Amino acid sequence: MSNEIAIQPGISGHEVHEHHEAHHHHETFITKYIFSQDHKMIAKQFLITGMIWAIIGGLMSVLFRLQLGYPDLQMPWLEDIFGHWAKDGKITPEFYYALVTMHGTILVFFVLTAGLSGTFANFLIPFQVGARDMASPFINMLSYWFFFAASVILMSSLFVQTGPAAGGWTVYPPLSALGDASQGSKVGMDLWLVSLALFVVSSLLGGLNYVSTILNMRTKGMTMTRLPLTIWGLLFTAMLGILSFPVLLSGFILLLFDRHLGTSFYLSDIVLNGTKILPNEGGSPILYQHLFWFLGHPEVYIIILPTMGIVSEVMSVNVRKPIFGYTAMIASLFAIALLSFLVWAHHMFVTGMNPFLGSVFVLLTLLIAVPSAIKVFNWLTTLWRGNIRFTPAMLFCIGFVSMFISGGLTGIWLGNSTLDLHLHDTYFNIAHFHLVMGVAAFMGMFAGVYHWFPKMYGRYMNNTLGYIHFWVTLICAYVIFWPMHYEGFAGMPRRYFDYMGWESFKQFAELNKVISFAAILSFLVQLSFVFNFFYSIFKGRKVTTTNPWGATTLEWTTPIRPGHGNWPGEIPEVHRWPYDYGKDGREFIMQTEPVGKDESSH
Amino acid sequence: MSVQNKKVHPYKFNLWLGLAGIIMMFAGLTSAYIVKRSQPGWESFNLPRIFLYSTVVILISSITIQIAYRAFKEHDMPRYRLFFAVTGVLGIMFMIMQVVGFYQFRDMGMIMTGIGSKPAYSFILAIAGLHIVHVLGGVIALIIIFLKAFSSTKRVYDSIPVEIVTTYWHFVDILWVYLFVFFSLLH
Repeated sequence: MSNEIAIQPGISGHEVHEHHEAHHHHETFITKYIFSQDHKMIAKQFLITGMIWAIIGGLMSVLFRLQLGYPDLQMPWLEDIFGHWAKDGKITPEFYYALVTMHGTILVFFVLTAGLSGTFANFLIPFQVGARDMASPFINMLSYWFFFAASVILMSSLFVQTGPAAGGWTVYPPLSALGDASQGSKVGMDLWLVSLALFVVSSLLGGLNYVSTILNMRTKGMTMTRLPLTIWGLLFTAMLGILSFPVLLSGFILLLFDRHLGTSFYLSDIVLNGTKILPNEGGSPILYQHLFWFLGHPEVYIIILPTMGIVSEVMSVNVRKPIFGYTAMIASLFAIALLSFLVWAHHMFVTGMNPFLGSVFVLLTLLIAVPSAIKVFNWLTTLWRGNIRFTPAMLFCIGFVSMFISGGLTGIWLGNSTLDLHLHDTYFNIAHFHLVMGVAAFMGMFAGVYHWFPKMYGRYMNNTLGYIHFWVTLICAYVIFWPMHYEGFAGMPRRYFDYMGWESFKQFAELNKVISFAAILSFLVQLSFVFNFFYSIFKGRKVTTTNPWGATTLEWTTPIRPGHGNWPGEIPEVHRWPYDYGKDGREFIMQTEPVGKDESSH
Repeated sequence: MSVQNKKVHPYKFNLWLGLAGIIMMFAGLTSAYIVKRSQPGWESFNLPRIFLYSTVVILISSITIQIAYRAFKEHDMPRYRLFFAVTGVLGIMFMIMQVVGFYQFRDMGMIMTGIGSKPAYSFILAIAGLHIVHVLGGVIALIIIFLKAFSSTKRVYDSIPVEIVTTYWHFVDILWVYLFVFFSLLH
């Protein structure tokens, strides 16, 4: 295995053809950049595919925010691009539903699950536990290619005549089960289901590897309690995925049966469009909701746990202090992971659930506030009197904590079934989950990208653009989502195409314009991040030292541009935990340094 | 490579995790079944006898694959190949019997798909059908490893693939026995 291979920029599967020349090493172009089994390359493939999806998903939100903010505006250029989807320069209702559905699907699954876990689990696990690669590099490669196939199918559904799936990202039956019920339940829905089935396979294959690498491939001396918190976060994430995604798949299989084999798992007593009486009997759409949310709730933790780990690690490095409450951090991650399986029905309080059962789920839901509060407390105390270096990565960590608090507090409101009766399916809910798992997860992801970019490409990202990116994103996020709480209080429901028909919502016309303006601005500033990312791959300031941030973990003991196998010689041995900052008068002590005779143990 | 902490081979560990995932999928389906069963409109049914016979077949196949695995460990290749092949044939027989079972089930008046189908019957098709897909995966793995055993270019005595497919085979066997008992008791 060659360790001196310079990592060539441009690893995305989409731009491979331009770089075909100029390689003089024994890995062929195809095994190095396309069907690569190197965890670092697979991580970059996930990251760049995720970024492409994020741009598409973000652009969709811009389009439907145009409709929501400026319902009377006619933009003929929309018709030029989207044809009959935007007749007379206005988005049609069908197109609007397709947009919100695909925005949710893309962001939740393709960006914040695959793009996030796929990137950081692949990149950090072998590095930080001290392994040459994943337990099974081949399965790891398959994981990316299943994701890629899922991406291609979902992308193709955007181009079919009847449009992509359009029943909301949760695709509840009966709407999603009946092709005659709406445009978005025709072939687009089938493509959606097939794509998501492949996605589940991808995330299972990936998850198996992450868990077995962490548990079996740790280097000498790397006990579980010497693992960085990133690894703990990723471990629980992978476990959640392994246990919950198969249940989602079983729900999808039954839905496919209902769509194509005329079964009645989810269907009963339906009159379609007021005329056609369907023969289906004995099914229950609530069954789908149970199967869906049994995944759906762990899914939101699949999104947030990796970023919790990333934020803990990046924050500790940049305040030059040990993370506060390392054991409490692990325990609270565990508690969140465990509770996530016991709260799914809080998404279903208004489905006619037995109120006693509802109260059990209220209790379990509110219990999650305890470990979440422990984590927030620990982050704040880590910041307390720290010697903070305000790098872009660090700012995004602080932004993450801010978002997590603002969005998390409203979770306590929504977790109460009595309040949920009023707030359910309103903009209050939109504001809650966008802050706590949308923007917060993005902030954690950005923190990770800015922090580990030097390890990925041997160059730094531009700081000035990073600061602009952070501040505009933070301000826009609050301008977009804070007012939505008020709209939700007033009962404004989500997913509506046009609110101007209701006297009570007309008061929000100007507010909606502000929100739309901020949404468009925040989309544009994300493009500056994309520019910064690709520009820095080629032209960024070069990294000259193996440990540019003065961190303690193992990835910074590898060469600046590590080859396949990560370490040229032996894998280093680990002697201490990863948070020895500011100890015994030294700024930081690497994990590889043996504990001195007269050194106090942590 | 430096010394690494390897109590379980990583591939085997991957397999166990994968099995956990499969268990969750069938747990999801069978608990959906239990919930539906307690609701009005549930139609009871009797399984055709052929499902009992197929259960016997897959149980025997578990024994034969165990014999094959033992033979492999003792480097008794002819015996290993014989019992591996027998296992594969039994697996294919099992799948055919299951499909025949579905047709008999339908002929007994229990419509699983289309107009007049009842969720109770559809569940049999969905759950047992999904199980067949898992057996099929096992058969494909058997065939790949079986062909490798005849490859003349290199002698392979690495027991990991054989061990993994053996474990998986026992798993789909136990899974079917669970489903069979489940359907028989909760019809």
